[in-house]
Amino acid sequence: MTEHHGEFDSVSGRSTTGHEWDGIKELNTPLPRWWVITFYLTIVWAIGYWIVYPAWPLISSNTTGLFGYSTRADVAVELANLEKIRGDKMAALGAASLADIEKDPALLALARAKGKTVFGDNCAPCHGSGGAGAKGYPNLNDDDWLWGGTLDQIMQTIQFGARSGHAKTHEGQMLAFGKDGVLKGDEIVTVANYVRLLSGLSTRKGFDAAKGEKIFADNCAACHGDGGKGNPELGAPNLTDKIWLYGSDEATLIETISQGRAGVMPAWEGRLDPSTIKAMAVYVHSLGGGK
Amino acid sequence: MNKTVNPNELTSDDDNGPLFVAQKKVYPQSTSGTFRRIKWGLMAFCLGVYYFLPFVRWNRGLGAPSQAVLVDLPNSRFYFFFIELWPQEVYYFTGLLIVAAVALFLMNSVGGRIWCGYLCPQTVWTDLFYAVERFVEGDRRERMRKDKAGGALTLKRVSDIALKHAIWLMIAWWTGGAWVLYFNDAPTLVKQLLTFQAPMIAYIWIGILTATTYVLAGFMREQVCTYMCPWPRIQAALTDEWALNVTYRYDRGEKRTSVKKAAELRALGKHVGDCVDCYQCVAVCPTGIDIRNGPQLECIQCGLCIDACDNVMTRIGRPKRLIGYDNDINIQRRLDGKAPIYRIVRARTIAYSAIIAAVGGIMLYVLATRTLLDLNVLHDRNPVAVKLSDGSIRNAYTVRLLNKSGYDRVVAIDADGPANLTIHVVGADSVTPDRPVIVIPRDSTSELRLLVTAPADSNPEKSIPVRFHVTDIGLGEVATTTDNFVSP
Repeated sequence: MTEHHGEFDSVSGRSTTGHEWDGIKELNTPLPRWWVITFYLTIVWAIGYWIVYPAWPLISSNTTGLFGYSTRADVAVELANLEKIRGDKMAALGAASLADIEKDPALLALARAKGKTVFGDNCAPCHGSGGAGAKGYPNLNDDDWLWGGTLDQIMQTIQFGARSGHAKTHEGQMLAFGKDGVLKGDEIVTVANYVRLLSGLSTRKGFDAAKGEKIFADNCAACHGDGGKGNPELGAPNLTDKIWLYGSDEATLIETISQGRAGVMPAWEGRLDPSTIKAMAVYVHSLGGGK
Repeated sequence: MNKTVNPNELTSDDDNGPLFVAQKKVYPQSTSGTFRRIKWGLMAFCLGVYYFLPFVRWNRGLGAPSQAVLVDLPNSRFYFFFIELWPQEVYYFTGLLIVAAVALFLMNSVGGRIWCGYLCPQTVWTDLFYAVERFVEGDRRERMRKDKAGGALTLKRVSDIALKHAIWLMIAWWTGGAWVLYFNDAPTLVKQLLTFQAPMIAYIWIGILTATTYVLAGFMREQVCTYMCPWPRIQAALTDEWALNVTYRYDRGEKRTSVKKAAELRALGKHVGDCVDCYQCVAVCPTGIDIRNGPQLECIQCGLCIDACDNVMTRIGRPKRLIGYDNDINIQRRLDGKAPIYRIVRARTIAYSAIIAAVGGIMLYVLATRTLLDLNVLHDRNPVAVKLSDGSIRNAYTVRLLNKSGYDRVVAIDADGPANLTIHVVGADSVTPDRPVIVIPRDSTSELRLLVTAPADSNPEKSIPVRFHVTDIGLGEVATTTDNFVSP
């Protein structure tokens, strides 16, 4: 026991500091020695840390430490290792044909896992995280494909996009029949109702089907086909099915015919490597709509 | 000046004193007798099981581990002879823990701290370490004398101490070594360990367990039981007046006298106690207490004082079991001149036994009826339903098939619900169009994407239940689960 001022408190048996306030004396309660030693050791440790690791900010940079350690370099090394680990598997994916990938459970699982991640990073902003789409952005789970739903066609669309500006991109767009003055207002209303008739939807009172059929044959059938069945070569949708990219109500149809439609899908070739595009094609195809 | 109190002189009985009393070194003396033999036997059994169980083989067929008891962490499997458990079956361990806890209660209500005295690893290893200490340094008196000599470090003394610690460390090392063998194929790992090719984690764990065994059994010993272990406190709450505990029968023992004086007094026909105050019970006690002071927290009830006292009683020609398994009720009855009664079967022990039987029964039933084929179905959340071009509705599900058996299975998947549903598995070659057939490799799971379509004219309600069946085509085993089919 350290003896401060030789005075002990009878109750606690401890020495006092000698400070006294109105007869109350303060007990001497020194920090435990192990605590003090640990405290000084942490200071020594901190100084060592400054020397070994990057620590002090300078005006335009910072001290780099003895070994030039940086967490960023660590991450780079780990990412490189990851790529090395993935390399073999992704190479197998790159070597197999699209059809073979879908038949091999292991490759299919790999492609779906890879495709899902990349889809989430790149495609989900427009198509939704599960590929459910939105107005103007196709649902990739259904069986209606503007540019074709086979594995090869899906891959081609991912590679080159639609109206993306890429040399090999899908071209063809819905013209603005109203804005460009090709059709007059009442003709647009008539043909809009005719399109609804093709799908078995209700039509406006007093609608002249024969007139609608004529306008359709003159203006629309070139792309959408005589029966309105569409043409994947031109990205012209099938107008007789139950799926509508922009909507099937009369107002939306009139808007589509008047203003035209030309949704853009970017080309992913060059941005994603070939085996990743392959994985994504398999993933999109496996969502359920693929032909 | 105020009166001074030296804190070092305060004991734990003082309110202001320290909560922890400095360790008083215990020098247990060797003894022999019934309970010592039981302890040797149980030690040999427990350590034998612990050290050699990993080497027991069990044939599970080609490609599966052949170790009888194995915790296969990389592959998430636990093997116990004929049982193989998957991570989702961890509830078996909950059952096991319940049974273990209640078994502990039962032991306690029958014979006190049987676990502490005979079976607890702390007791078993400490006992073994004491045996080594005795073998190298001699019995109680010699050890005390040598320790007291203290500074006199002769060559013999130093070599004795070194030898003791070397043997301790070897036992501790073997303890850690046996532990890691439960987590990998034992013969392979032993070879790797000896050629220094085992994974670093194995050496780290051996190191940790070597350290804990060496410190806990070599140095901390009874301190672990007295200060670290919660069980002495719990057992005090669980015990009742009928539980048998290692008890000094003060009805027989008091008043203590010397052998000679007792003989004289008995010749005069006077009542004398049998206890001759020889302190043998204290000398052999591994926790350094005097059992004659009644039940104590420190007492692990190892029964060694019974042996020590019996030996003395035999020598002086008095009946054995002055210290024995007994309780206060019987002491009182004997004082009152009545015969002692023992009630092993009573409400408490019946209740504990019933709980053990019930939980054990449930576990056995669940284990016996455990399915080796199972499926989990997860409905797609985004989108929940898709309308197809012909107006039909399709839902997608992620299906995980589990094959827990040791052979590959060929299974068919069906879905039935009120509507006329058709199913398709992405990537699967179907033998029959509406009944996809899949191969699940043995001891593994397969994940599939399953599409269920309801025709356009079926007009399913907003949400209808669908039952999914997976049928082993060869064996006819079926597993079923239910999910919903949703319309947009």
